Amino acid sequence: MGRKLLTEHINVEGIDTFEVYRKHGGYRSVEKAIKTMTPDEVVEEVKKSGLRGRGGAGFPTGMKWSFLAKPEGVPRYLVCNADESEPGTFKDRQLMAKLPHLLIEGMITSSYALGANTSYIYIRGELLYVLRILEKAIAEAYANGFLGKNILGSGYDLDLHVHPGGGAYICGEETALLESLEGKRGNPRNKPPFPAVQGLYARPTVVNNVESIAAVVPIVNDGGDEYAKIGVGRSTGTKLFSACGHLNKPGIYEIELGLPVEEFIYSDEYCGGIWKGRDLKAVVAGGSSVPILPKELILKTAAGENRLMTYESLSDGGFVTGTMLGSGGFIAMDETTCIVRNTWNFSRFYHHESCGQCSPCREGTGWLEKVLHRLEHGHGHMEDIDLLVSVAKQIEGNTICPLGEAAAWPVAAAVRHFRDEFEWHVTHAKQAAQPGAVFPGAAVLV
Amino acid sequence: METTAVKPQFSEAAQAEIKRLLTHYPDERRKSALLPVLHIAQAEFGGWVSPEVQDLVAETLGLKPIEVYEVSSFYTMFNLKPVGKHVLEICRTGPCMLRGSDELTAHLERITGAKVGGPASEDGLFTLKEVECLAACGFAPIVQVREKYYEQLDTPEAVDAMLTELRNQVHRPALPWEETGLPNALANN
Repeated sequence: MGRKLLTEHINVEGIDTFEVYRKHGGYRSVEKAIKTMTPDEVVEEVKKSGLRGRGGAGFPTGMKWSFLAKPEGVPRYLVCNADESEPGTFKDRQLMAKLPHLLIEGMITSSYALGANTSYIYIRGELLYVLRILEKAIAEAYANGFLGKNILGSGYDLDLHVHPGGGAYICGEETALLESLEGKRGNPRNKPPFPAVQGLYARPTVVNNVESIAAVVPIVNDGGDEYAKIGVGRSTGTKLFSACGHLNKPGIYEIELGLPVEEFIYSDEYCGGIWKGRDLKAVVAGGSSVPILPKELILKTAAGENRLMTYESLSDGGFVTGTMLGSGGFIAMDETTCIVRNTWNFSRFYHHESCGQCSPCREGTGWLEKVLHRLEHGHGHMEDIDLLVSVAKQIEGNTICPLGEAAAWPVAAAVRHFRDEFEWHVTHAKQAAQPGAVFPGAAVLV
Repeated sequence: METTAVKPQFSEAAQAEIKRLLTHYPDERRKSALLPVLHIAQAEFGGWVSPEVQDLVAETLGLKPIEVYEVSSFYTMFNLKPVGKHVLEICRTGPCMLRGSDELTAHLERITGAKVGGPASEDGLFTLKEVECLAACGFAPIVQVREKYYEQLDTPEAVDAMLTELRNQVHRPALPWEETGLPNALANN
């Protein structure tokens, strides 16, 4: 059993109330930080912890914090990115719905470290019911003196608000999120300037994922060094994985980074193996935008070593034989899954969610979707397969925000590892277009 | 164009909620309240935002109407055409597809008579809408109806239970907190 730093009390009755949460040690990090530490000391602990952004990019949180510009007399903001929309990812929703006070505690401690007096939680609009849970918890925190003026008699003031989105994946990109919070369309901004200098309302702003902010709580409570002892190398601490797809026990699992992927999939403590007694075909390990890997490459690296659930091990082999940890959205597919159909589905998603600002993404995602649609529906040509690779290449690196890459990578990886299945969709078009058709061959190992 | 339609007005409860929301943003940044106010407007005026309702939102926040139109048309949650009493938002993205969302959609079309992307069912009860990932992939397949998630709809029984619950809702709550209780900030005042 791994240690659970975030979810230890997630199933305690009434843990969503201030009283019960407090009884289980809640809000200690706020007391410790505000009463015994300077803001810079809190930042230092987060740096020492090695915590990396849990939203998908994996950028060190402490370093992001240290970039925040602090001009005299100018307000600065902390914004929590709760726009969880990456297909396969549902950890933040569970964390917020069940442990609302953990996020609020993390927001207070983090806002203190950054010197923010107003902070926002931007939550995706579909999760309005979670917004109500958070608002209730925030009202309790105000009533108990942990929010508002002069918190715990320290002279530090903080207001915390929850803000709903309106249904747009792109608002998970931090500058699109800020545009949206300002009441505009979610078009990502050109960078620089980065939000750390000009963010919300053109003020210095830090945007962090829900899980990153929640992780600040154990880091401040136990110290950054303690946190860094968990994990392997530069992958420190615990991480929430959202397991879904063809698993016996889909759900949220908090693991110590470094757990072997094989144990995560097959052990009864975690996902309990593949459903219906079937064999595993492929895994998308970190949300829909990371490269898909066939069974053999997700369980072992190309060098034959056990693949571990760490940033480094999952990306071992680069995009030729590796993938990324991403957001921790772990999608498992059994042996009957049609890779072409699944890739088409993901491309349709990115086409639908492209904001339309940059032509390579706006047009390219449309091309990917249409070409994949015709391959899946029995009208494809052999040259379509290379066309997909070519379109994907032309999107990559040519857009304002990473949605372009997110759309391109899954297609490129699917063709790389499952080319025969794409070819079979041309050579056996009629058969492949039948609902539930199963490709008889095996994945190609590069 | 001249119209005889009565100009829509927010209820007192909605006005109070909008007033509370406006305290969340700096005075000169009232536009920030646009998305939350659009949610309130959609809940108040029959599950969609007509041009008249969007004009009311613009007036309420001191915005130009175009500032509201360009936003309501960008975000997928805002319905720009009339809808049935219940909008069933069916997740169609990968993880839900792996657990049967295509079959769920076909099943719902068969038993409600409504078509995805089309008008509401003849009885006016159900509009079917396919949406992208709802962040509940571990409980797939999923349907969202207003603020509620119906999860693991992988059996006809589970679907029937959802539809029965919806059919039995005599009163369609105008504002979300009629279902979930007042937000505490309001209740405390």
